[in-house]
Amino acid sequence: MTDSLLSGPEPDPAGDAGHTDAPPRVGFFTDTSVCIGCKACEVACKEWNAIPEDGLSLTGMSYDNTGSLGASTWRHVAFIEQSAPPAAAQAPAPEGRTELPLAADPPAAGGEFRWLMSSDVCKHCTHAACLDVCPTGSLFRTEFGTVVVQEDICNGCGYCVPACPYGVIDQRPSDGRAFKCTLCYDRLGAGLEPACAKACPTESIQFGPLDELRARAALRVEQLHAAGVPDARLYGHDPEDGVGGDGAFFLLLDEPEVYGLPPDPVVTTRDLPAMWKHAGAAALSLAGGFALSFALPALLRRKGRR
Amino acid sequence: MTHEAPRREGTRTRRRRKGEQLMVPRAEFRSYYGRPVIKAPSWAARDIAGYFFLGGLAGAGSVLAAGAQLTGRTTVATAVKVSSLAAVSLSAAALINDLGRPDRFAHMLRVLKPTSPMSVGSWLLGGYGPAAGAAALCAVTGRLPRTGAVATAAAATLGPAVATYTAVLAADTAVPAWHGAHRELPYLFAASATAAAAGMALVVAPSRESAPARCAAVLAAVADATAVRAAERRLGMVAETYREGRAGRLLRAAEVLVVGGAVTAALGGRYRSAAVAGGLALLAGSACTRFGVFAAGIASAEDPAYTVLPQRAAQGPPPSP
Repeated sequence: MTDSLLSGPEPDPAGDAGHTDAPPRVGFFTDTSVCIGCKACEVACKEWNAIPEDGLSLTGMSYDNTGSLGASTWRHVAFIEQSAPPAAAQAPAPEGRTELPLAADPPAAGGEFRWLMSSDVCKHCTHAACLDVCPTGSLFRTEFGTVVVQEDICNGCGYCVPACPYGVIDQRPSDGRAFKCTLCYDRLGAGLEPACAKACPTESIQFGPLDELRARAALRVEQLHAAGVPDARLYGHDPEDGVGGDGAFFLLLDEPEVYGLPPDPVVTTRDLPAMWKHAGAAALSLAGGFALSFALPALLRRKGRR
Repeated sequence: MTHEAPRREGTRTRRRRKGEQLMVPRAEFRSYYGRPVIKAPSWAARDIAGYFFLGGLAGAGSVLAAGAQLTGRTTVATAVKVSSLAAVSLSAAALINDLGRPDRFAHMLRVLKPTSPMSVGSWLLGGYGPAAGAAALCAVTGRLPRTGAVATAAAATLGPAVATYTAVLAADTAVPAWHGAHRELPYLFAASATAAAAGMALVVAPSRESAPARCAAVLAAVADATAVRAAERRLGMVAETYREGRAGRLLRAAEVLVVGGAVTAALGGRYRSAAVAGGLALLAGSACTRFGVFAAGIASAEDPAYTVLPQRAAQGPPPSP
C-alpha cells in the first residue's frame, strides 16, 4: 500500500487522496504534431489565471522568448529549429481537422530544415514529488486527480521547486510563493475545459478524461506511424513509468530531451524509504561513534595504569 | 540541436592529465538550447548550506555534551551545550530567513508528513530546540539539575536525527548530485556533524577533558573521506559536479581541513594551541563539506547533461536505428 502511494501504478489517485465519489481523472493530451506555435495557449492561460508578466527580454535562441515553465508561465511553447531532421515524412493532419502545413514542401532527400513546436505544461503526475515534499500541505490532489497549490497556505519554502523532476513549479521572485498550472481547477469545477485547451486552434491541446485521452493518443500514434512518421512517440502516458504516468502527456516527434523534457523521470519519493533507513543508520552511527570516543580513552587509560 | 556545453573539452583534458579514468564516456547528448531540465533550488547557500552545517554542529554537539556530562567532564559539557543552543538558534534563523515570508513559518507545523523531510525536520527542531535550550540554560545557571539532565538526554536523543535528516532533505529532490547519492549523504552528513562538534569541543574544552573529542575527530575524518568516495563512485559521471568548479574547490578544502584538523588534534591535542588550531580546522572543514555538497547540487541541476545522460544510461542502450 505504502509502495503504491509513493511510486508505481496507481489507478485512483483522487480516491487515495481521500476524495469519495471522485469524478473520472482528467488531463491533457498535447499532440505536438499539429502544434503551430501560435502561443494562444500561453496567452489564454495568462489571461484566465491573471498571471503577471515575467519580463519582456528576448532569449535570442529561437522564437521562444518565454524560455521555460515557471511561476508566471504555466504553458510554455517550445520552438525547436532542426536543420537536419531524420528523413521523416510530413505528419498528416488528424481526420476531420484543419489541414495545417508542418513543413512547406515534402522533405528533400537527406532531410531539410524543420520546426518542432510543443506546448509544455505541468504534468499533474500520478506520483507528484512537489505534493509529496510540500511541508505545509499547500499542494494537494484535487477530486479530478490533478495537483494544485493553495496560494494562501504556501509559505515560500521552495522545496517543491527542486523536487519536480520536470522543472515545472517555481517561486515568484516578487512573492516567494510557488505557482504552477492548476489545470484550471476553477473552470473544471464549473464544467468547463481549461483555458489553454479552449483556445488551441488546432486541437493540439486536448482535454478530457485520462482514459479517453490515452486511447485517442494511441490511435494518433498508429496513424502517424502508418503515414511514415516513425519518430512519433508518446511521452508520459505510461502508468508504469517513474512518476506513475502523467495527467498531462504528449505526442512528440523527437526524443524528449530535444524538447527540454527529462527522458526517464522518477518521482523522488520513490527512494524515500531507503533514504530514511540510511539516515536512521547514520544517526545511530553518529551516536555509536561518540560512545566509542568516550569508551576508548577510558579503556586506554585503564590499560596504561596496569 | 546537439548541444555540448563548451566547457566540456577543457574538462576532459584536465581529467586526462590527472590520469583519472572516466566512469562513463561522454555520450552525445541533445537538449533544448542547453537549458536546464529541472529547476535548481532557489535557496541561498548561506541560509541552507549554513543551516545544514549549524544543524549538524548542534545535533552532534548535544550527543557529545551528554557523553561529557556522564563521564564527569563538566566544563566541556557546558560549553558544548551553549554552542548547540547558539547553533540551533542560528539555524532556525537561517531557515526562517530563507522562507522570504517569515510570518508564515507557522504553516510548517500545520501537518506532519513523513514524505516531506522538511516537515519532519520542522517537528524535530520543534522538539530539539527547546531541549537544547533548557540543557544549556540549566548547565550555565547551575539551577534545576534534574531538569537539566532530562533536557540533556532529550537533546542527545534527538541530536543525531537533527544532524542527519538534512541529508534526506537534500536527497529527496530531483537534483542529480543529491538524489543520486541518497544512500551515502546521511553518513557524510553524520561524519561532518561529528567533525564539527568535535572541533567545537577542542576549541572550548581544557585539554584534560578533550580526549573523546580527539578520538571523535579521527573517526569523523575517516568516515567523511570514506562517505565522499562512496558517493562519487555511486554517482558515475554526475560525480564531476563534486570535483569541479566551486563544489570541487570547497570539497578539496574540506578534506584537507578535516583530515589536517583531526591529525593535529590527535597528535598535538594535549597542547592548548594545537587543540584550538585542530578544532578550528575541523569546524571550517565541516562547513566546507556542507557548502561543497550544496554547490555540487546546484551545478548538477543547472546542466541538462546531468539530468539527461544518467536517465538515458538507466534506460539502457538506445535501439539501433
